[in-house]
Amino acid sequence: MAHSNEKIVYDVRDLNLWYGQDQALKNINIQIGKNEVTAIIGPSGCGKSTFIKTLNRMIENIPSVRTTGEILYHGTNIFDKTMRIEELRTRVGMVFQKPNPFPKSIYENVLYGPKIHGIKDKHILQEALETSLKSAALWDEVKDRLHDNAYSLSGGQQQRLCIARALAVQPDVILMDEPTSALDPIATAKIEELIDSLKADYTINIVTHSMQQAGRISDKTAFFLMGELVEFGATEGIFSNPRDKRTEDYITGRFG
Amino acid sequence: MTINYKNIERRVRINGIAKVIFSMSTIFALVVLGMLLYRIIAGSIGWLDFKFLTGKLSIFPEKAGIFGAIVGSLGLMLIVIPVTLVLGVSTAIYLEEYSKKGKLQNFIKINIANLASVPSVIFGLLGLSFFSRIMQFGSSMVAGGLTLSLLVLPIVVVSSQEALKAVPGFLREASFAMGASKWTTIWKVVIPVAIPGILTGAILSISRAIGETAPLVVLGIPALIMKVPTSLMDNFTALPIQIYYWTLDTVLTPEYANLAAATIIVLLVVLFLMNSVAILIRNKSQKGF
Amino acid sequence: MRASLDNDLKAIHLDIIKMGTLIEKTIEETITALVNQDVILAKSVADGDDRFDKMELDIESKCISLIARQQPVATDLRKIFSIVKIVTDLERIADHCQDISKLTLDLAGQTYVKPIIDIPKMAKQVREMVKMTIDCYIDQDVIKGRLICVNDDIVDNYFKIIFNDLERVMREKPDGIKQCMDFLMITKYLERMADHATNIAEWVIYSVEGIHFSGND
Repeated sequence: MAHSNEKIVYDVRDLNLWYGQDQALKNINIQIGKNEVTAIIGPSGCGKSTFIKTLNRMIENIPSVRTTGEILYHGTNIFDKTMRIEELRTRVGMVFQKPNPFPKSIYENVLYGPKIHGIKDKHILQEALETSLKSAALWDEVKDRLHDNAYSLSGGQQQRLCIARALAVQPDVILMDEPTSALDPIATAKIEELIDSLKADYTINIVTHSMQQAGRISDKTAFFLMGELVEFGATEGIFSNPRDKRTEDYITGRFG
Repeated sequence: MTINYKNIERRVRINGIAKVIFSMSTIFALVVLGMLLYRIIAGSIGWLDFKFLTGKLSIFPEKAGIFGAIVGSLGLMLIVIPVTLVLGVSTAIYLEEYSKKGKLQNFIKINIANLASVPSVIFGLLGLSFFSRIMQFGSSMVAGGLTLSLLVLPIVVVSSQEALKAVPGFLREASFAMGASKWTTIWKVVIPVAIPGILTGAILSISRAIGETAPLVVLGIPALIMKVPTSLMDNFTALPIQIYYWTLDTVLTPEYANLAAATIIVLLVVLFLMNSVAILIRNKSQKGF
Repeated sequence: MRASLDNDLKAIHLDIIKMGTLIEKTIEETITALVNQDVILAKSVADGDDRFDKMELDIESKCISLIARQQPVATDLRKIFSIVKIVTDLERIADHCQDISKLTLDLAGQTYVKPIIDIPKMAKQVREMVKMTIDCYIDQDVIKGRLICVNDDIVDNYFKIIFNDLERVMREKPDGIKQCMDFLMITKYLERMADHATNIAEWVIYSVEGIHFSGND
């Protein structure tokens, strides 16, 4: 039961979460597969953002949060005393809804992670810079202006910069909390293409409120409703023949 | 619901009246300021020259110069600036980033804010008993500087706190999400962004300190010092003290009024420059965001 | 919440029912024309096929428009997809009515080389199947749907009987070979109509349950 399966990155067992007295997550049990894109969908307030922020323990920045249950990351419970939060967050990167680059140069942004982890060698840094920006499909657009302020980039470019920044520390999971909601359709399409290409090397969890986006880019879909995980399965199945009526009603747009 | 167009006429009229009232208030303030400046400038004509700025103090008005006082004021600033920045910013960082929200934090914050409204003369008393007597700094620049530091410290703390608070949460989040510790985030992300605000607060507090007279009087800083101070432990005099004592003695020696006026101009110019720098920094930082 | 989608679906749904009901009537007329050698009736059936082609195109374009605008998923998607498939089968059934009527015209004026008994019986069975299929679609009744798939065997049986019969007649009366060939074609068309009705039933089951039920199991 407790063996670490290579194909499973996250094994969430009986996860419950409270904000003070309010229970936000109820008995979540789910397994996230390696090198897959898992979409997390559900109406506002259903717990999807809370859930994804629990996976890298960012949720603990809120003081009144309390959890029970286990989240096994490659077999180790992330709530264990032996698991250092800083290490977890290096291996599990996060991209937010509103692009949030630092008010520094593009160069400084991408290399923030490696530098704070003590990497000083200029060659290694340069390589990390190029690799990350290329993986984020941004290299060609910024290679001649690496020392420009990150804020001079467009919204879509800033979001790709944030992705490059997350990639620079070589994570194995990338969590995305509605990464394209603030972007126009073309920027959104670029990011979706990017996610598709990143799948080969990373495991991606993406919270999205767009049914169509979940349908387009994900391999598996998890439907959350009022803190519960109602249904989880292959995206094709969920979108052509969902098992639970609540899932059906939500994805056909008949509530929520 | 129908829109009452008659109401619009009335509101436009009230708007016009309000505009007049507010412009009048502004004009009134400007007029008063103008009158003050005129009086001072008139009084200083002929007395404010290079000899005045570089000359030593003397009881003879024609020979008096404020070089010593300038050095004294500068010396004070040399102490006030580092002390307030280090203490003030550290306190602000502790309060904003580290301490837990609750009664204790509120208590500390309220008290610091209240300190800002304590009359400056009280700080003078504190400086006298603690720095002058107990620490035996006497009437040196160290004593004066530390006293003034305490006086303006609340300003620096509060403005630094505001600057830190103004750093958007999503920047901190981005840093945490990359596995940075709290201190790394503060040092590498929060402070760089907050620096313009911190600097502005620091400059404003220093401009206040430069002009404070009461604490220095209580500390017993004299108006007439023959020797220009060479070390921070030396006795000294400062610009506001000069203004104060010259103004006091104008009854006996009318020319002292002109000396005071000239010194006021020097002080005003310095303050004006410092405030301009503060505004420039603030404007530049707003653009970059 | 998706009033627009629901309304569009309902409209298409009614279009299908209308088409199906007209087809029922057309089958009735086709058989009557054949049995009674009614040339006028047969001609009207043959000429009237255009309206079914038009109905098919109309329903298809409505479906495409709905898919483009509403991006249906799950049940909505299966409904629409099934409708697109069903309308094709309906149009084929109408086509076969036209084919049979044309053959009826071909046989006009001639005395039938043998009295046709089984063909009307088979035709009646086919008509019943199509009627049941339309009802099954209207009610989204999967039980009825499964029954239709079973009834297909009955029609296949009739086909075998008539085939053997016609073979015998052709051997016995060589002059009647042309007529028998026409009858054979008519029988084949009837059998195809039953197959199409079965397909429609299978798509109704898919629309409701999400699984393909193959009547040929």
